[in-house]
Amino acid sequence: MAVSQTRSMGLPLINLLRLRGVPILQQLHLEERLLRTSYDNWCIINDGTTKPTIVMGVSGKAEELLEIESVIRDEIPVIRRFTGGGTVIVDQGTIFVTFICNKDAFPDLQSYPQPIMSWSSLIYKKVFQGIGDFSLRENDYVLGNHKFGGNAQSITKNRWVHHTSFLWDYQTSNMGYLKLPKRAPEYRQARGHLDFICRMKDHIPRSNFIDRTIDAVGSHFVLTSADLEASQSPLSLNFEPSSRLLKREELEEAIFKSRARRACAASAPQAS
Amino acid sequence: MASRLWAVRAASYLRISLRNRGFATVIKDLKYADSHEWVKVDGNSATIGITDHAQDHLGDVVYVELPGEGAEVKQGASFGAVESVKATSDINSPISGKVVEVNAKLNDSPGLVNSSPYESGWIIKVEINNADELKSLMEPDQYSKFCEEEDAKH
Repeated sequence: MAVSQTRSMGLPLINLLRLRGVPILQQLHLEERLLRTSYDNWCIINDGTTKPTIVMGVSGKAEELLEIESVIRDEIPVIRRFTGGGTVIVDQGTIFVTFICNKDAFPDLQSYPQPIMSWSSLIYKKVFQGIGDFSLRENDYVLGNHKFGGNAQSITKNRWVHHTSFLWDYQTSNMGYLKLPKRAPEYRQARGHLDFICRMKDHIPRSNFIDRTIDAVGSHFVLTSADLEASQSPLSLNFEPSSRLLKREELEEAIFKSRARRACAASAPQAS
Repeated sequence: MASRLWAVRAASYLRISLRNRGFATVIKDLKYADSHEWVKVDGNSATIGITDHAQDHLGDVVYVELPGEGAEVKQGASFGAVESVKATSDINSPISGKVVEVNAKLNDSPGLVNSSPYESGWIIKVEINNADELKSLMEPDQYSKFCEEEDAKH
């Protein structure tokens, strides 16, 4: 049986898949399929998606996280993705960078959330070297104390995915669809969205960020260019991804739950 | 010092062996998978959860994805997931069988997986298909050593 080459010059191999304007649901399906059915390492860069879309984490509850009436009124798609973490709104300005790796790509790296997150921050530390005050702060990528990317992960027995949506630019009005989350890092200090996040374009040109990211990836891996066709395999044909678009009925049910919660809170006896 | 003494007494009451460093505990009478799940066998039934080592490394669990009752689980394959620190992590079954009960308390209190990984944080109960599969699992001392070796490597 032929053994595929997994390392070269002591570094693990990685397939670099560069996309442009791929819809975020399609990207998530691709990622989950590669996580579950591929044996290779992958770095996917999607340069912007299509229309503004809300993406919640696996356990996200629309009634807690979204201004649902506005979301329905403006027909903003809402997706529940397969990874953990919080809620983002992505659009043509967003840059997506995803790593899908075998655990044994880095034998010294424990495949738990925080070690993987720390490993990823090494890549971006290199990207922003000499450009911005980058750090990993309570599991967020920040410049100074402003978040500029949403991170999330999924870890299986032998592989993991770490993906980020970078706020290179965004429309202020879109942030109005998101409520302040109940679970927030301490450094957020109850700041509203617009005081908490920042635009990457104020720090680095778009193509520069992508080029520097690819260079930084090249310091941890040996890169091979890949295309979408290369991501297909016989194992992937029957795979059913779990990330999905929420139906209108589900969002309407969430409005009902949200109103019920408010009614309960309003009628609860006040503490003396 | 007082809290350490309390921990020793509590450990003795609960039949837990305290490790010398850190606080990851390993329970006697359970068997362990190398993906950090434990199984407690009672006749043809088994209770499954994740270990103290796993919960400690995962961080605060905020959500547990549970299978449905009646679902088949296969040794080494994923049957659910926990969410912690922005990550979903697969829970893999140490043994093959059919799910007869899930711990519904985890829906409202996922943190039980952290606070009581071997007791009230249990995840599923299964009817065992093949008891021979237990032979491939680790005994407590073996698992303890496995965890030490894993942690020492990183």
